[in-house]
Amino acid sequence: MLDLVILSAVLVVCMGIVLGLTIGIVAKVFEVKQDERIELVEEELPGANCGGCGFAGCSDFAKAIVGGTATPDQCPVCAEESVEKISKILGLETEPNKVKKVAVVLCGGDKNNAKFEAGYNGINDCKSAVLIGSGVKGCKYGCLGLGTCARACPFNAIEIKNGLAVVHPELCVGCGKCIETCPRNLIKFVPETVRIHVFCNSPEKGPAKKKVCSVACIGCRKCWKNAEENQIIMKGFLARVNYDFPPPPEIVEAAGCPTGCLRRTDGD
Amino acid sequence: MSQEWLAITIGTILVNNFVLSKFLGICPFLGVSRKLGPALGMSGAVIFVMTIASFFASIINNFILTADISFTIGSYHIAGNLIFMKTLVFIAVIASLVQVVELSLQKLSPPLYASLGIYLPLITTNCAVMGCALENAKTGRGILYSTVFGFCTGIGFAIALILFASLREKLDLAKVPKPFEGMAIALVTAGILAMGFTGFSALVK
Repeated sequence: MLDLVILSAVLVVCMGIVLGLTIGIVAKVFEVKQDERIELVEEELPGANCGGCGFAGCSDFAKAIVGGTATPDQCPVCAEESVEKISKILGLETEPNKVKKVAVVLCGGDKNNAKFEAGYNGINDCKSAVLIGSGVKGCKYGCLGLGTCARACPFNAIEIKNGLAVVHPELCVGCGKCIETCPRNLIKFVPETVRIHVFCNSPEKGPAKKKVCSVACIGCRKCWKNAEENQIIMKGFLARVNYDFPPPPEIVEAAGCPTGCLRRTDGD
Repeated sequence: MSQEWLAITIGTILVNNFVLSKFLGICPFLGVSRKLGPALGMSGAVIFVMTIASFFASIINNFILTADISFTIGSYHIAGNLIFMKTLVFIAVIASLVQVVELSLQKLSPPLYASLGIYLPLITTNCAVMGCALENAKTGRGILYSTVFGFCTGIGFAIALILFASLREKLDLAKVPKPFEGMAIALVTAGILAMGFTGFSALVK
């Protein structure tokens, strides 16, 4: 009996030596040199793997940065210091003052404000809902409120408030994942510094919009008249804030939007 | 002769499916079946590793473990074989084999490495690979038979995983009662799938 115990011990020792040597030799023979900067860059990246840069994840992005096919400021999440640090690792120069962009849902029609034509009891997904008679809301351009964008957000920055998707700008990092999920194209990238928006997306005529939503932009042009030229752009019956040349926030009080569609997001 | 091989192939893939009738390899079966893409990657990696692991395990089994040892050192006479060590030996061999394969793939075939990527190291802990090697050792199969058996087991695993992943993708869109949501309905589905696979049992006698 004892002899077999010794023999099995010898077997395990031999096996350990042989397998260890094999792995060691293979690791040496098939060594793949990796740029050590990749690891350094990856450490500085946020590690959320949101895909906002267009790569599969942070480590993929780090490889692309070091490989020279991407630049550090393509990361929408990175703080400015991290971008600077990465640039230092690579010996690149940064462009300062990159304005952070956040998403905003340009619709104000929650359950109280918008008219619903029917009840929806199907798959809990905006893209599915929009296939059935273009959704159940009276307005065919507004938020469906089923939260496809909220589920797509890796940072939990979108909340469904009373049947309306609302982006919390302080949580939003601007990765842009939500933008492509919205079947109505309601979500837009805007500079974080601009805190005044026209919460409507319907190009229809004023009276038609008013029938289905109490907070629609009815195209009265009050804000347009109160703003300087080009600060508000009229697109047919829909006013739009010019995000490159934004009006001052005080315009909300001065214009007195009759439906409350033009709103500030910093006050509340 | 060819009929015999056909029986082995169909018997291993469908009738004695490792996942659905022997309940081995349930961990990746439930873990990587949320989406079809990763399931395909995992399936490929499992087929790959299972084939070479069965090959090497059966070589070790046939030439080292089952070999009769009988020699005398001084007054000691040692006799017997080391077949009882098979579990330990196979674990070590499969784990290091996966390491070696991963290292060499990284150098020799970067595209294959990129597609199998993270699934290769995960397979070290896949008990179906181990079970396959042990089954070969238990029934005392030859090297060719063992390798074919390993390959077919891998195919069987892949079929089960891909079927299940496709079902789960559909399940995501279905209306599931609250208490059954998530893993509960997945387990129920796996059970029904396993029941369905018992229908193949009459295929091969």
